[in-house]
Amino acid sequence: MTVDSTAGAPTTAPAHGSPADAGPPELVQLLTPEGERVDHPAYSLETTPEELRSIYRDLVLVRRFDSEATSLQRQGELGLWASLLGQEAAQVGSGRAMRPTDYAFPTYREHGVAWCKGVDPLNLLGMFRGVNHGGWDPNEKNFHLYTIVIGSQTLHATGYAMGITKDGADDAVIAYFGDGASSQGDVSEAFTFASVYQAPVVFFCQNNQWAISEPTEKQTRVPLYQRASGFGFPGVRVDGNDVLACLAVTRWALDHARTGQGPVLIEAFTYRMGAHTTSDDPTRYRIAEELESWKLKDPIERLKAYLVREGWADSAFLESVEAESEQLARRVREGVRTMPDPDPSSIFENVYAEGHALVDEEREGYLAYASSFVGAAAEITDGEDD
Amino acid sequence: MAQLTYRDAVRRGIAQEMRRDERVVLIGEDVAAAGGVFKTTPGLLEEFGPRRVLDAPISEQAILGAAMGAAMTGLRPIAEIMFSDFLAVCWDMVANEIAKTRYMTDGQVSLPLVIRTANGGGLRFGGQHSQSVENWAMAVPGLKVVLPATPADLIGLLAAAVRDPDPVLVLEPKALYPVRGEVPDGELLDTLGRARVLRTGGDATLVAVGAMVPRAVTAAERMAEQGVGCTVVDLRSLVPLDVRTLLDAVAGTGRLFTVEENPRLCGWGAEIASIVAEEAFPALRGPIVRITTPHIPLPSADTLEDLARPSVSRITDTVLKALG
Repeated sequence: MTVDSTAGAPTTAPAHGSPADAGPPELVQLLTPEGERVDHPAYSLETTPEELRSIYRDLVLVRRFDSEATSLQRQGELGLWASLLGQEAAQVGSGRAMRPTDYAFPTYREHGVAWCKGVDPLNLLGMFRGVNHGGWDPNEKNFHLYTIVIGSQTLHATGYAMGITKDGADDAVIAYFGDGASSQGDVSEAFTFASVYQAPVVFFCQNNQWAISEPTEKQTRVPLYQRASGFGFPGVRVDGNDVLACLAVTRWALDHARTGQGPVLIEAFTYRMGAHTTSDDPTRYRIAEELESWKLKDPIERLKAYLVREGWADSAFLESVEAESEQLARRVREGVRTMPDPDPSSIFENVYAEGHALVDEEREGYLAYASSFVGAAAEITDGEDD
Repeated sequence: MAQLTYRDAVRRGIAQEMRRDERVVLIGEDVAAAGGVFKTTPGLLEEFGPRRVLDAPISEQAILGAAMGAAMTGLRPIAEIMFSDFLAVCWDMVANEIAKTRYMTDGQVSLPLVIRTANGGGLRFGGQHSQSVENWAMAVPGLKVVLPATPADLIGLLAAAVRDPDPVLVLEPKALYPVRGEVPDGELLDTLGRARVLRTGGDATLVAVGAMVPRAVTAAERMAEQGVGCTVVDLRSLVPLDVRTLLDAVAGTGRLFTVEENPRLCGWGAEIASIVAEEAFPALRGPIVRITTPHIPLPSADTLEDLARPSVSRITDTVLKALG
């Protein structure tokens, strides 16, 4: 789908099936990989140097705590980590496009969006350590818990969007998902529902080219953003490593949605620089040159180049962000290492709203059993067979 | 005789059937190029090629729906659902379509397909990646449900499942993937619906499946040191169920304990208890006791998950207390 340069709204011209890699001509970009600021007729963006520095800070801090989390997993402090490396711009750009009252439904990799929504990184790490299921209040942060089952959250987001229109709110919703999830029936059904109900939801697909070991070609034969036209709503492909383009396009899409014009699909074209998770080894299935070519499109380097060239960031600023990121990494590291183990009896909490006779009985049984040991719970969790 | 891990046995079992019968194909997410997220299928793409080993889009309904259609054409698909929890994403295909096709076509359409999936806890994967779903599956008429607990059983039962005329769900306990076991050389072919008595004792009968089998055995060994003799039965298959072996084992001890990884309500042990109460009531010397995960979603913290799943200590303590 192309974009109408006068009205700022995409046309409804049907997309023709073209290979999934025929992207570049249709890619919305405001900041080139070399850090050159370019204009796009449909997606203008006014920014102040201060705002740009703030965006830069977000990108750096998010990358730093992500890399710290990977290290913590390697040191045995986390059970697993799903790195966002390479996707900082897509997440921070779209995350910052939201108003505080706009609601986001993330996958398990949206650490940058979580950051923009004010979720403490330690909450994310607690979840990957296994000591909680997130720990933040989704209603307070307007950020749902991470959804692990692929694609489900697109339907939750659609229903949430349908719900808030009944409140008369002019909020909008973002459903995050990936290229792999686009093959889930849930996502197609979410597109259908959102379209026919004019739900104020933006489908934000981070096409990071890989679903664990499977390249995007295993999921689709047309560029993903073109799928929207078949459902009757606009689709836009944006340079997912360009934080300014992601910000501008998402802001436009959210406004489109909140003003009653229905959903938008944004395909943020990016790259998963790391493994799917720390349990994965991408060297088994993808070639190093691909990774190298994407390094040249790094989302942080291009913004840094732009800031420096314009004289909006001096070495003192860059060093202060660096120092702040190290401080964050330290806080995260110490916070994770000192997280208390959860109380064993907590496994019986919140199974039902008002308790359940069987669960209550099981809790009492466990407590009595646990208290019969000198070392309490540690003694009964010996699971030595595996 | 070789020592194989459970995950290597999966690969060997699939390869055995694919070499034997060119109608056997494998489809699933990340099964080909990556060799499976649990490394259960490495080398199969290289040996059998992309026409028979297919990386699928992340479309569980399509994986099982297509497996059904492929089976109708005479293929014998082995479809992998990465985690058994994701069966919930495609349960329509399992419960409404695949399991009912023979019945609703008056026996004219057979679906000789296998659904393989990593089941159960032990890896700290949390409530949506650790469930033991055997009791969901047991409740669907038309479906066979198998839980091999050893590498050799996995190969033999998988082969039997591939050759079976009905759809078979093979639940692989993911906690056991790294566990080694002895595997005889040559082709292995087992029989669905035969339990195995792993040891005999006179005081209590422990019945288990999957990852609970080695725990029940260890518990029995510990109790033997204290002079309490346990018979341990690995059911291996829940549908069909080897009722004869079960009843004989209960008759030999008069006490029945089920060791179940699934949450308590409607776990498979409830069905076992019901059968034993109906068929062997006079043989019972005391109440049937079920040792299960509580009726809770499985937590991901290591301490909490260990607490929730039946441990060797809990099995031992429960049995000894019940025996008085």
